[in-house]
Amino acid sequence: MNENIWILMSADAIAIATTLILAALGALFTERSGVLNLGIEGILLTSAISSFLAADASGSVWLGLIVGSLIGALLASIHAVLSVVFRANQIVAGLALVIFGTGLANFLGKPAEGKTVTTVINPLSFGPLSDIPVIGPIVFGQDIITYFAIAVAIVASRYLFSTRPGLELRATGDDPATVDAQGLSVARIRIRYTMIGGALVGLGGSWLMLAQSAGWHQAATTNGLGWIALALVVFAGWRPMRIIFGAVLFGFTLQLPFTLQAEQITFIPSAFLEMLPYLATLIALIALSRPGNRNLLGAPRALGTPFVRDER
Amino acid sequence: MSNTSHEVAQGPHHTSGAASTALSAHSIDKKFPGVLANDSVDFDVRAGEVHTLLGENGAGKSTLAAVLCGLYQPDAGYLMRNGKRINLSSPRAGLQHGIAMVHQHFRLVERFTVSENVILGSRDLPFKLNRREINEKVAAVAESYGLPIDPDATVGDLSVGQRQRVEIVKALYQGAEILLLDEPTAVLVPSEVEKLFENVHAMTAAGKSIVFISHKLGEVVEISDRVTVLRNGRVTGHVSGRGTTDTKELARLMVGRDIELNAQRATHATGHEVLQIRNLSLSIDDVAVLTEISFNVHAGEMVGIAGVAGNGQRELADTIAGLISPTSGSVSISGAMTTDCGPIQAREVGLAYVPEDRLGMGLVPSMSILDNLLLTRDRQIVVDRVSVRPEAARLIEQFEIKANGPDHLARKLSGGNAQKVLLARELSGGRSATKLLVVCSPTRGLDVGAIETVRRLINDARSAGQAILLISEDLDEVLSLSDRVLVLYRGAVVHETSGETAQLSQVGAAMAGLS
Ligand SMILES: Nc1ncnc2c1ncn2[C@@H]1O[C@H](COP(=O)(O)OP(=O)(O)O)[C@@H](O)[C@H]1O
Ligand SMILES: [Mg+2]
Repeated sequence: MNENIWILMSADAIAIATTLILAALGALFTERSGVLNLGIEGILLTSAISSFLAADASGSVWLGLIVGSLIGALLASIHAVLSVVFRANQIVAGLALVIFGTGLANFLGKPAEGKTVTTVINPLSFGPLSDIPVIGPIVFGQDIITYFAIAVAIVASRYLFSTRPGLELRATGDDPATVDAQGLSVARIRIRYTMIGGALVGLGGSWLMLAQSAGWHQAATTNGLGWIALALVVFAGWRPMRIIFGAVLFGFTLQLPFTLQAEQITFIPSAFLEMLPYLATLIALIALSRPGNRNLLGAPRALGTPFVRDER
Repeated sequence: MSNTSHEVAQGPHHTSGAASTALSAHSIDKKFPGVLANDSVDFDVRAGEVHTLLGENGAGKSTLAAVLCGLYQPDAGYLMRNGKRINLSSPRAGLQHGIAMVHQHFRLVERFTVSENVILGSRDLPFKLNRREINEKVAAVAESYGLPIDPDATVGDLSVGQRQRVEIVKALYQGAEILLLDEPTAVLVPSEVEKLFENVHAMTAAGKSIVFISHKLGEVVEISDRVTVLRNGRVTGHVSGRGTTDTKELARLMVGRDIELNAQRATHATGHEVLQIRNLSLSIDDVAVLTEISFNVHAGEMVGIAGVAGNGQRELADTIAGLISPTSGSVSISGAMTTDCGPIQAREVGLAYVPEDRLGMGLVPSMSILDNLLLTRDRQIVVDRVSVRPEAARLIEQFEIKANGPDHLARKLSGGNAQKVLLARELSGGRSATKLLVVCSPTRGLDVGAIETVRRLINDARSAGQAILLISEDLDEVLSLSDRVLVLYRGAVVHETSGETAQLSQVGAAMAGLS
C-alpha cells in the first residue's frame, strides 16, 4: 500500500472540503434568514470563472478571489430580490439561478477553455510543522483560504448563537412576524444575509478555481459541489461547526474512488462510491423540498416562505 | 386641539389621584379593502388605570390597538402622548414612547429561550450577549411584577399562560408604560385568568396603563376602571366605574340588540343509537391517551364531554372521525363499523365533524367559502361550482355568515363567521345526510353574538333528530346544552350524569380527578 497516495488523498479531501465549507456556510446564512437558495451551484460556477478571468487578466489571485466573491453576492441579490421583494416561489427562483448561472459561466468561459491558471494560491508553510509525517501535509499543508474557511465556521457559530444580530437572524428564519413586530425589517435582514451567503459561496467557487482545478472545465469544474453544499446544511442541522465535519466527510468520500482505483482495490465498484455523495444529496434535497419535512429536520421554521405582514 | 371633550362625559369615578391622560387617540380612521375598521374613534387611557375596549369580533379592537402601538398608521386622526402629539411610524417608535402591545397571536419564537425572546429587538443591547447577565435582568423584571418565569426555558415547551407572561415581561423589559393586551384571556383557563388579573393590578399599582381588550362581559366588569364599547368600527358608548356596570347594557352596546346567552335545552324524546363506542383505547408512543371508553349517543340527543384540555378530548374526536385508528375497541355510526375505516367512510355513513382547529383542520384558509363547502360534497373529477353556488348563497344567509358572498376567502373571515361556514358545511350534508355531529369547542374565541347563533344552530340540528357529541372545555356550555354529560379525565370517562340534574361541584371535582 502506498502511504503517499493516502496522504495525498487526505490533503485533497480537505481541499474539496474547503469549497464545501464556504459554500455550505453561505447556504446556511441564507437559510437561517428564511430564504432557500437552491442556486448555489450556479453561483459557484459563475464566480469560479469570473475569478479565473479576473486573476488571469490582473495576475493577482487576491483580486480573483475578491471579484468571485462580489459576483457571488451579486447573483444572490437577484435571488434575494425575487424571493423577498417579489415573493417568488423560492424553489423555482433558485433552480432558475442554477440554469442562469451555468449558462452565464459557460458563456464567460469560452475564452478560458483550454487555458490553465497561471497564478495559483500556494499552501502556507509552517516550517518544520509541515514536515511532520502524515499530519504535517494534512493539517499544516493547506493554503490560507482553507484556514480562513474553518475560521469563518467558528466565527459564524459564535455570531449565530451569542450575538445580538445573530439572534435577530435566527429569529427571522424561524418567525419573521415576531421580528417584524419588533420593528426590525425582515426584508432587509433577508436580503443582507442572502447576499452575504452569496459572497461566501462565491469565495468558495473562486478558491476551487484558483487553488484546485487546473483550468476551466465548464460544469465539471464544480461537479455538483453546490448541491452537496445544500445537502450538507441539512445534515449539519443548520449549525456551522457541524459543517466542518460534514465537509471533511464528504471530501473524503468524493476522493476515495480515485484513491482506491490507484491502489487497485476493486471489491467495491468505484462508480458506486462515486455515486454515494450524490445519493445522499438527492435524499437530503428531496426531504428539504417538502415543507412538511423541513420542521422535522430542524430547518428554520419559515424557510422558503415569503413574509407578508398583513396576511391573516 | 380639544382632547377633553369626550372625557367630560366620564364622570369623576376615578380614584387614583393623578388621573393624567397617558395616551389618547383622536378621530382615528383606519380602512382596509372593503371595511372601515375604525371610524372616527376617540380613545384615551390614564396612568395607573385599566381601560377596556369591548366589542364583538370584527368590531375593530385589534385594529385600534395596532394603531395605538404604531403597527398600523391611521388613515386619519392622530395620537397624543402625555399631551404632546406623536407620530408612530412603526412598533419601534411606539416602544420608544413606552407603548407595547401583547398580540392576540403571540409574537414569540418558539425555539428560543424565554430570555432570548425577551431581548429580541432591544436596540440597546451590546453586540455580544452575556447570557448570565441577561437572564438575571429578565428574571428581576419578571419578579418585580409577580410574573415568575424561568429565563432558560424554551418557549415552545411553555403553556399558553406562561407564554403570555413572557410577552408581558418582554413589554415591561422594553420599558413599556402603556400595555395593550389584545384578548389576553381568550387563551387562558380560569385559574390563569385570575393570575393575569393579579399581574394587571400589580402593573397599574406601579403606575402603568393597561388597555385591556375583550369580548367577555363578566371579566370586563371585573377588571376595568373604564370601558369603551366598539361596534362596526365605531364607538357606541362609554361606561365607567368598576362593579357598578350593567352587563345587559354593555351587551346591548356591543351587539346592538338584546341577546339571550343561555340557549335552553330542548326536551324531547330521543331515538335509536347512532354512535356506539365500545371499549375504545388508544395509545400514542406507548402512552395511554384513551382507556376503555364506552358510550352511546342517540338520535336527537346531545351528549357533552367535559374535561380540562388535554385529557384525551381531541384524540377521542379524531378517533370517531376516523382520523386515528384506536389501539383497541370499536366505533360504529348508524350501525356501520367505522373503526379503522378512515374519515371518508365515516362521513359516508353520516358523520359530520367540526374540529377544534377551525382554520387549520376545518377549513382551507386560502380557499373561498364556496370551495370550502365543496370539499365534502360528491367527489367528482371536475369541480361543479355553478350548481353549488346558489346553495352556498342560501347557506350564507341561513347561517348568518357575514361575508361578501360565496367567493369570500375563508382566512378573511372572523372566527365566528369561519365557525358558521364550518357548521354550514357539516350540517348541510355532504355525501350523505348528517346523522352524527361531533363538535369540538364550537364557541371558543367567539363573541357573544356568534356564540348565540352557533349554539342555536347546534340545538336546531339536535331537534332535527341528529345525534350530537359536544366536546368542550367550556363547562357552562356543556352543562347548559347537553342531555347527558360525561367527564373525561386522563383519557377515561370518570363521571356520567344527566344534563338537567348535573351538579357543577360534582362535575368540577370529576374534571380535577377527585371523584
Ligand atoms: N389586515 C387586514 N386586512 C383586511 N381587513 C382587515 C385586516 N385587519 C382587520 N381587518 C378587518 O377589519 C375589521 C376589524 O378587525 P379587527 O380590528 O381585527 O377586529 P376585532 O379585533 O375587534 O375582532 C374586520 O372586519 C376585519 O375583517
Ligand atoms: Mg381582535
